[in-house]
Amino acid sequence: MFLVDYIKTVYNGVTSLLKGMRMTGYYFTHHKEIITQQYPDVKQVLPERFRGEVVMTHDEKNEHRCTGCTACELACPNATIKIVTKFDITPDGKKKKALDTFVYHLELCTMCNLCIVACPTDAIKMAQSFEHSVYDRSLLTKVLNKPGSKLMEGVE
Amino acid sequence: MFSLENLTHIIDHALNNTFNATIAMLIEMVIVGICAITLFAVLGLVLVFMERKVSAYMQIRLGPNRVGYKGLAQTAADTLKLVIKEGFTPDNADKFLFNLAPFLVMIIAMMLLAPIAFTKGLQMWDLNIGVLYLSAVSSVSVIGILMAGWASNNKYSLIGAMRSGAQIVSYELSAGLAVLTMIVFTGSLQISTIIASQQDGWWIFKGHIPAIISFVIFIIAVTAETNRAPFDMAEAESELTAGFHTEYSGMRFALFFLAEYVNIFIVCAIAATIYFGGWMPFHISHSIPFADLFNKGMDFIPGVLWFTGKTFALIFLIMWFRWTFPRLRIDQLLNLEWKYLLPIGMFNLLLATAIAILGWYF
Amino acid sequence: MIEEVGTSPEGDLIINVGPQHPSTHGVLHLVITLNGETVKNCEPHLGYIHRSIEKMCESLSYRQFIYVTSRMDYLSSHINNQGCSLTVEKALQIEVPERGKVIRVLMAELTRMASHLLWWGALGMDVGAFTPFFHAFREREVINDIMEETCGARLTMNYIVPGGVMYDIHPNFQQKVKDFITLFKSKIDEYDTLVTGNIIFQQRMKGVGYISGEDALSYGCTGPVLRASGVKCDIRKIAPYDGYEKVQFEEIIETGCDSYARYLVRMKELKQSLSIIEQLLDNIPEGEFQAKTKAVLKLPKGEFYSRVETARGEFGVYIISEGGLTPYRIKFRSPGFSNLSALHHMTKGSKLGDLVATMGTLDLVIPDIDR
Ligand code: SF4
Ligand code: SF4
Repeated sequence: MFLVDYIKTVYNGVTSLLKGMRMTGYYFTHHKEIITQQYPDVKQVLPERFRGEVVMTHDEKNEHRCTGCTACELACPNATIKIVTKFDITPDGKKKKALDTFVYHLELCTMCNLCIVACPTDAIKMAQSFEHSVYDRSLLTKVLNKPGSKLMEGVE
Repeated sequence: MFSLENLTHIIDHALNNTFNATIAMLIEMVIVGICAITLFAVLGLVLVFMERKVSAYMQIRLGPNRVGYKGLAQTAADTLKLVIKEGFTPDNADKFLFNLAPFLVMIIAMMLLAPIAFTKGLQMWDLNIGVLYLSAVSSVSVIGILMAGWASNNKYSLIGAMRSGAQIVSYELSAGLAVLTMIVFTGSLQISTIIASQQDGWWIFKGHIPAIISFVIFIIAVTAETNRAPFDMAEAESELTAGFHTEYSGMRFALFFLAEYVNIFIVCAIAATIYFGGWMPFHISHSIPFADLFNKGMDFIPGVLWFTGKTFALIFLIMWFRWTFPRLRIDQLLNLEWKYLLPIGMFNLLLATAIAILGWYF
Repeated sequence: MIEEVGTSPEGDLIINVGPQHPSTHGVLHLVITLNGETVKNCEPHLGYIHRSIEKMCESLSYRQFIYVTSRMDYLSSHINNQGCSLTVEKALQIEVPERGKVIRVLMAELTRMASHLLWWGALGMDVGAFTPFFHAFREREVINDIMEETCGARLTMNYIVPGGVMYDIHPNFQQKVKDFITLFKSKIDEYDTLVTGNIIFQQRMKGVGYISGEDALSYGCTGPVLRASGVKCDIRKIAPYDGYEKVQFEEIIETGCDSYARYLVRMKELKQSLSIIEQLLDNIPEGEFQAKTKAVLKLPKGEFYSRVETARGEFGVYIISEGGLTPYRIKFRSPGFSNLSALHHMTKGSKLGDLVATMGTLDLVIPDIDR
């Protein structure tokens, strides 16, 4: 019948609305469900695989593992890495290719991880830092090998 | 008991004794005006903050919590931001109407404040057709919106304004009918009489079924009239970016924003007055034993608190709607009015009249 | 950018929706002709965020080009990567180890769930309800955290390499996913209470944006859009890849052909994805996660095509190789592009509000359409 249907639609409609309101009402009164992270106050610990920026590992003797082989430079899809090499004279008088500067353009990096995978000596890795904003773009161009650092013994 | 009524009378007497009647009147008007503007500013800040907190909790967020103690100064900071922003007028806009519209909307909101009784004796103008005045003036606000939409020279604004026109004109009917239903019981259009008639219980209880139906219709209708979600057709963010106030910025935008919140306050105040006795404390009928004792106890809570408490509870209800429901489509919106609310409202009016004649209310 | 348009010769209003508009999910630009509230015509204009990804890929090696596709459909970036990787593997006849396959599928289904969750929230926004967005993000955030832990990034994972996946799964992975499944199951009913059952929402969805099966096919729609019109088209079923043939799941078909059917398809797919994850989670085979591949990949001369089912539909990768280090030509078949082309058909004659709601149910990701 028309009238019964009419009342039914109204009733069903109203109950569906009330159900929704009960749910939002529940969240309104249950503040423990809140998931907001208070970011600058409470800093999240990011998982160790998180890709924030490329860094070069140095040990306590200021030695790195980069041989300057440019595998990472070749692997990078957007020319983020520029390796400048030099020639070292080994004790026995031979010339040997070595890393001079490892230039890394953070502003170009897409954190794709391909350079890390490509590196044969595990010289570089991803750091978990993510607060990269600076006022001057040139600050984003970094030299990854620390000044005065040299190649670790035994890394070929 | 301390009553604001005495305060207003003392001021009135003092002024009338010092000055002649006209000047006293003028001074009173100025005082009232200042009070109204202050109230507006405070209401705006409080309601915006409330809305942001309510929405945040419903959306499992924290909401503003940085500026000031627990974020209380957030809305003040936002207002400051709006004040120092450039008030931009688009090219080819009708400059006069464009600038007039926000003020018109605001002035109408202020006019609506006149007959509202905050507590016994604290009322600007207790005119004998109070309810009629309210519904008459509130329908003027659509002109402000139409003006804003048309003068902006923006198609989104225009669509928003036209929607708003269709909506307010239709829902005005239901709101009117709902109020009329209650007038059948109260027998008077004067706000103070309506409140006085609820001395032994609020109308929502005394008028039982028709009163409850009429209350539901009223709340739906005023939600639509104030352009609040789920009836925010005029703004419809996802469709019309910001609807009729797309082109407004800075303080003029703030006025629209403020007017929206003040309008919500006013309609909720009206609902509180008609259905929940305004500033009248929760009283029960004298036929119930110990009723007098109970009523006395209730009287200790001042009327202002009763009034604001009820109004804010209703405002919360309207906010609750907004943060739960999706928006209706324009044709569904009009369907709801013409196919559901209006017939039910009319039927309800008949029912109420029958009940009033037969004396079947408490 | 935007040409000055006023009214059409018939006196209808022409308005630009986008490129900056809150409901176009990015920078889609629609030119719509309105008669009052009724949409008479709706024309998508593309090009605003064209980055010529296909051209870019021509200068990248077969290891490098994969990461770029994360930037197309960023909500199913993992599945895009999978599609590219599959093509390369097909060309080089690399057999991915079982473990690698299962990990890929697990991640793909998690991605699909994350994508559908975001879509659900965004659809809520489109029809004017703001709360679902935040509720959807609660669960999506958990998925992103899982992704972050194993893949190293939240959205553009680049976890897939030709031959398998980049690393093994994180030791916590299984436990985290189990926690997520428990959480999700406790919350999925809330979605129905808040949105699906809501009378206003149903009214907004039912009978809106109608497109019949044949029309949808002729527009080239795929994915949930086509399945909602009653056509079987799930690539995971009709051309299984990476071991989808071994898992039990249903292909969701709805026959409503309208926005509500599309909504239901996605909501049910969420549950199907969950069931796939449950089946595989405890049965990840031991062994290698990556096949041994050469450091430098060179595809043989020829043409290679493979396709995957992303959250939005069929994603195809077509590579022409001249035998060199980089592709001679790459063409992506993105699902969003074809789905968008049906928008005009769906919304002709409907109201302005419906246009936005229908657009929401198409689940458009603009960078995917406009590569
Ligand atoms: S992470 Fe990717 S983009 Fe960044 S330097 Fe390494 S290879 Fe280049
Ligand atoms: S970082 Fe690794 S790949 Fe790059 S140049 Fe050094 S050793 Fe070679």
